[in-house]
Amino acid sequence: MSKAGTTLATADPPTPTVRLPRRRGVELALIVLAVLLSVYGYCAVGLARNGTVPPGAAGYGAGLGVLALVAHLAVRWRAPYADPLPLPIGVLLNGLGLVLIYRLDLEAPGEPAAPTQLVWSALGVALFTAVVLVLRDHRVLQRYTYVCVVVALVLLTVPILFPAVNGARIWIRVAGFSIQPGEFAKVLLAVFFAAYLAANRGALTYAGRRVWRLQLPTGRVLGPIVAVWLVSVGVLVLERDLGTSLLFFGLFVVLLYVATGRTGWIAVGLLLASLGAVAVGRLEPHVHHRIETWLHPFASIEAGEGPNQLAQSLFAFAEGGTLGTGLGLGHSVLIGFAVKSDFILATAGEELGLAGLSAIFLLYGLLVERGYRAGLALRDPFGRLLAVGLASIVALQVFVIAGGVTGLIPLTGMAMPFLAQGGSSVVTNWTIVALLVRLSDSARRQGAGGAAR
Amino acid sequence: MTRHIRHAALFCALLLVALLVNAARVQVLHAKAYEANPANRRDAISRYQQPRGDILVGGRPVTGSRDTGEHLRYERTYRDGPLYAPVTGFASQEYGTTLLERTEDGLLSGAAPLLAPLPLWNEFTRSRNAGGHVVTTIDPAAQRAAYEGLRSRKGAVAAIEPSTGRVLALVSVPSYDPALLSGNGRTAREAWARLNADPDRPMLNRAVQRTYPPGSTFKVVTAAAALDAGVVKGLDKPTNSPDPYTLPGTTTRLTNGSKGCEDATLREAFVWSCNTVFAKLGVSTGVARMEATAESFGFNDTGVRIPFRVAPSTFDTSVDRAQLALSSIGQYNTRATPLQMAMVAAAVAGGGQVREPYLVERTTRAGGGTVSTAGSRPVRRAMHPATAMRMRELMRGVVEDGTGKKAAIPGAVVGGKTGTAQHGLGNSGTPYAWFISWAQGGEDMDAKVAVAVVVEDAAANRREISGGGTAAPIARAVMEAVLKS
Repeated sequence: MSKAGTTLATADPPTPTVRLPRRRGVELALIVLAVLLSVYGYCAVGLARNGTVPPGAAGYGAGLGVLALVAHLAVRWRAPYADPLPLPIGVLLNGLGLVLIYRLDLEAPGEPAAPTQLVWSALGVALFTAVVLVLRDHRVLQRYTYVCVVVALVLLTVPILFPAVNGARIWIRVAGFSIQPGEFAKVLLAVFFAAYLAANRGALTYAGRRVWRLQLPTGRVLGPIVAVWLVSVGVLVLERDLGTSLLFFGLFVVLLYVATGRTGWIAVGLLLASLGAVAVGRLEPHVHHRIETWLHPFASIEAGEGPNQLAQSLFAFAEGGTLGTGLGLGHSVLIGFAVKSDFILATAGEELGLAGLSAIFLLYGLLVERGYRAGLALRDPFGRLLAVGLASIVALQVFVIAGGVTGLIPLTGMAMPFLAQGGSSVVTNWTIVALLVRLSDSARRQGAGGAAR
Repeated sequence: MTRHIRHAALFCALLLVALLVNAARVQVLHAKAYEANPANRRDAISRYQQPRGDILVGGRPVTGSRDTGEHLRYERTYRDGPLYAPVTGFASQEYGTTLLERTEDGLLSGAAPLLAPLPLWNEFTRSRNAGGHVVTTIDPAAQRAAYEGLRSRKGAVAAIEPSTGRVLALVSVPSYDPALLSGNGRTAREAWARLNADPDRPMLNRAVQRTYPPGSTFKVVTAAAALDAGVVKGLDKPTNSPDPYTLPGTTTRLTNGSKGCEDATLREAFVWSCNTVFAKLGVSTGVARMEATAESFGFNDTGVRIPFRVAPSTFDTSVDRAQLALSSIGQYNTRATPLQMAMVAAAVAGGGQVREPYLVERTTRAGGGTVSTAGSRPVRRAMHPATAMRMRELMRGVVEDGTGKKAAIPGAVVGGKTGTAQHGLGNSGTPYAWFISWAQGGEDMDAKVAVAVVVEDAAANRREISGGGTAAPIARAVMEAVLKS
């Protein structure tokens, strides 16, 4: 049962007796550390490959540093009480991603991806800054619930009109840039789910009919949300982007559970998930193949067709061992197609080893934890659900793709947040971090009003 | 709501734990199995990432490495590939390695733990040492002389230094260029298919991997056994042997290619290569003593390595007397590699002692520091030193006034023995011509070289003389080359 009531949030704030620590200095120190680590990685790649520090090291460091500093100043100015961790984590992961992409560029000098990725990162940080500066209070977003859902559905539908790329219709190409609109839809759907569930929690929890031991909400309340979910998942199945449908589904179930507190939803969710998985696995040869590959990653070797991508990815991780081969010294490029995007983690695993991979996982874990902490600290249900939703997006996305490339679950194409090549993904993740920063700032302001946490 | 947020957080934590545990499974627990998977090319990539160490002949490398700039970066090159192919073998990115390239692979590729500056250093730093070099015992002049001599024929030459067992020449013709197989492209695959389909089997190392019936050259072993056993008292005593000789227990009559074998002395019988005399001597000596002598020369030894494996030469020990008679003149189931017959000649030249042949003088690091040297090899006594002296006399006689005159070198002491081995169904095949010999320079204290030459397609003349006619000049060229250097 919910402890925070249904009405709240603007409880009369008594004047704070103690001035809250702002911890912006901690954030700045961590950002400097993150930038230095990234520059170090960049230099390590150059030293390992050519024996010299790459010529662009200073420029690269300065670029990343300026971006991080701009973001930091925005936070300092407009969200002074924000959690000091999300921004440095974002900078570090983004910087590491650039290092890995630069490193893979060296294998095939024909088409460098790192400069483009740097431009997208700059765009992402710009969006971060804009969100922190413009969005003074997250509750404003509640006003745009239905705008969000309409835009999200449009974004999801648009790529159907564009030609398929590598078997998936999730890209649109505009002026030489390929954009994955589904990425942006994630944030918008999270806002919609959070706002809608926050507004209809009571109705969802208590109203409606009771069937056996399950309290069903009224169709009027549940209808729109199920419809939106069905449409989004359906669209994604049409586009063959199963990773994202899995992500939406997980997000939907988590938020529904947090909002209503009904375990039944989890049961229903799992039931629907299994039904969906079985149906899709049967009907889609593409998916069926993925499951077969997951169960028998080396079947193609035994059949004499050479190792498939998953086998190559596993080889890369195995080569890394505990400490890794060192940046620039691995052979993850053997994975071939998508080595810079879906399989970027294999490069990290091979060259940084289990130690580096665990560190990356823990960074994501920390980012998610900070999101949940903001969610716990907030008083308004919308803010809480939004924080939980955004953090869960990161968690689920990391799990789906990292589990996929390490053979834990069937592989579904998806971008590793911040690390993977892909502009839309980077921009989206910077938006998520911006919202988490804003939410954590609100949480501490609200908390300062009552019992400071 | 707080409680449910915590539950959801717990769920996320579980996902994180699952990822970490699974990463440990892939990267640590199963790492060895994944790394060993034949489809994992990392091992090959790191192996070909650096130039391979070289094989040296006469102080000069006969191998090299070429930077292709491809994924498997360095490819093997060979100087005088066909000449040294029976020594080096090939090192192919597609088909693996053979001969020295195979037995010394760890050193050449830099993977050998001996090369590491500290124990476990390479495992820790994930580095690979530069490939070391292999210095062979081959004498380039002798090798070339043998190769030129055999040119356009089919056959093999093995030469060793009697006092040490160093292999001085190892030639097999027809040969092939191992460089053709170095890469992994279409040319390498075509060359592989072509070489394997060739009826002349150019990739077969005839000097060590193929056994031939040794024919009359085996009479050296029989004579040594008979002298050691006291079956004949002196070189110039009559041997009481009939001509033709009826194989014991049969009605088969054994004849000779030359006249004057009836009741010949051992010296005469050896010089004129009388089958009847040696068949009878073998039977008189008995299977046990024949076996003991043959095995002390190296026959029936399945573990000879120089360092690559040498096909075992055989002397059948479960024979009746008729078969023993035939075995004693190098027929029936007696078979020998050219290297084995060079060891027979070397034993006579070396005072009755047999030294295990070896091909690698020493191995060095890339920088030149010695990793290992050949060291002293075990010595076996094949015959009494006095017997060896008599055998030297007999073999000199063959060169001075017998079937091996073409092997004579002015100013040097040369001993030899010819042989013609019939083979094939009903002896229909072109006979193999053999010549084994040793040579001692005029000023040398002991014999410098022992050679065995086999020519597979000597002129279709079934007479004993072909060993002396075809093979002896090749042996002489090899011996001259060694004595000159």
